[in-house]
Amino acid sequence: MPKYLLLKHYRGGKAPLNDVPGDRWTESEWEAHVAYMDDFADRLRDSGEFVASAALSMDGEWVRYDGEGRPPVTDGPFAETKDLVAGWMLIDVDSYERALALASDLSAAPGAGGNPLGEWLEVRPVMEPAPTVTE
Amino acid sequence: MDGTGLRERIPHVVNTLVRRGLSFAAAEDAVQSALVRAVEVWPHDPPRNPTGWLITTAWRAFLDQVRSDESRALREERNAMEPRPGAAPSRDDTLWLYFLCAHPALTPGSAIALTLRAVGGLTTRQIAEAYLVPEATMAQRISRAKQRIADRGLDRPGSVTTVLRVLYLLFNEGYSGDIDLAAEAVRLTRQLASRIDEPEVSGLLALMLLHHARREARTGAGGRLVPLSEQDRRLWDTALIREGIDILQEALARDRRGEYQVQAAIAALHADAPSTEETDWPQIVEWYDELVELTGSDVVRLNRAVALGEAEGPRTGAAALIGIDTATPRYAAVSAHLHERAGDLDLAALAYTEAARRATSEAERVHLERRAVRLRGADG
Repeated sequence: MPKYLLLKHYRGGKAPLNDVPGDRWTESEWEAHVAYMDDFADRLRDSGEFVASAALSMDGEWVRYDGEGRPPVTDGPFAETKDLVAGWMLIDVDSYERALALASDLSAAPGAGGNPLGEWLEVRPVMEPAPTVTE
Repeated sequence: MDGTGLRERIPHVVNTLVRRGLSFAAAEDAVQSALVRAVEVWPHDPPRNPTGWLITTAWRAFLDQVRSDESRALREERNAMEPRPGAAPSRDDTLWLYFLCAHPALTPGSAIALTLRAVGGLTTRQIAEAYLVPEATMAQRISRAKQRIADRGLDRPGSVTTVLRVLYLLFNEGYSGDIDLAAEAVRLTRQLASRIDEPEVSGLLALMLLHHARREARTGAGGRLVPLSEQDRRLWDTALIREGIDILQEALARDRRGEYQVQAAIAALHADAPSTEETDWPQIVEWYDELVELTGSDVVRLNRAVALGEAEGPRTGAAALIGIDTATPRYAAVSAHLHERAGDLDLAALAYTEAARRATSEAERVHLERRAVRLRGADG
């Protein structure tokens, strides 16, 4: 079965359907949002399609090698980065269509007014092992 | 893993419990508990009667489950513990399990997981590790598969066709970890072939043996893919090849062709050849023609174009690409290969780069990038 990575962004995607920024939600709207996300993960555990997930901090830096014996070079925080990943979920499903359907469900998490957020999620196929029979 | 024949006993034990009146789902769960226990205990304390040990341990696990679980379904189970009058004593236990686990109501992923557990005798953890998912996820997948079968009816299990599909996918998916799934697929297909007399079952077994024989030659240092044309054929397992060819010839002689026999025939022609140049490509093309008729698949048409390119020249091969959906996996790679054979090296390099972009496995992506690099002359 193929694996897909669902990516949620703090910024970088197109505007969601329900375009009220999170800092203007009420507490109960936030609670409902988080409850939906937890419930979504539980449903995937229950269906045998969940692999792993994590939310990411807004902090972070770019880092790279800078030559033998030298300390790593860092750059950041990501003030100029347009595309900032907020979290990811790795799923193992029967088909690409199923991955799209699940991403759509996840995107329906409630936002302001309890209405579906409709945020844009990124769906990325994970590389599979090379098949045995190719000719 | 065992050397005690532990896993070969599992189907029989599941069926013994089903005969005692347990549902398939409950029996399979109980046997899994016994199996996990056996893996722990047998290495230092092997039982004198392994099958008896498994049945007793599974039976106890079931009773424990009944006692601890207040669910209505299981209480009903206890009431139904008398053997069913309808259970046919002459049926082949193992065969019945193969068919059940390849139930048409299951998705391929679920059918494979269930087959590995109920027929293959692997633990949930081993299956989860092989497919790189958490054990809890795999446990749920198997449990839901059993539920689905129970809902749809045990009396309408899968057919030989669905069983072969499951085994083929298991073999072909290429996962490799501590548990060797390709070897497991070969074992399960061998076991099936010893119980059912069908040319296509033999065909699939032959196909697996012929591909398994090339395993050592298929990957180089660091897991690098080595294409057929560059494989060191001295690394091929000649005993497996001989066995595969014998099984195939017997199957073909019965004149009831199917796609696995035809695929095996193609693999056999490759196995027989000392090199790519000395391969009987015209005959391979004929087999592909037959395979196109049997399957109508664009993947097969692609492979046919490669063979035609070898048999009649790359331009003819490229012409055979017309009409094939360009979204077919490996289309760009095949197109690149044919351009390369035709001497259009710049076009070929571009096509290899495009093919790398569309690769679905890391090993394949690296392989295609290397081809592009080689053609651009940047790397001897």
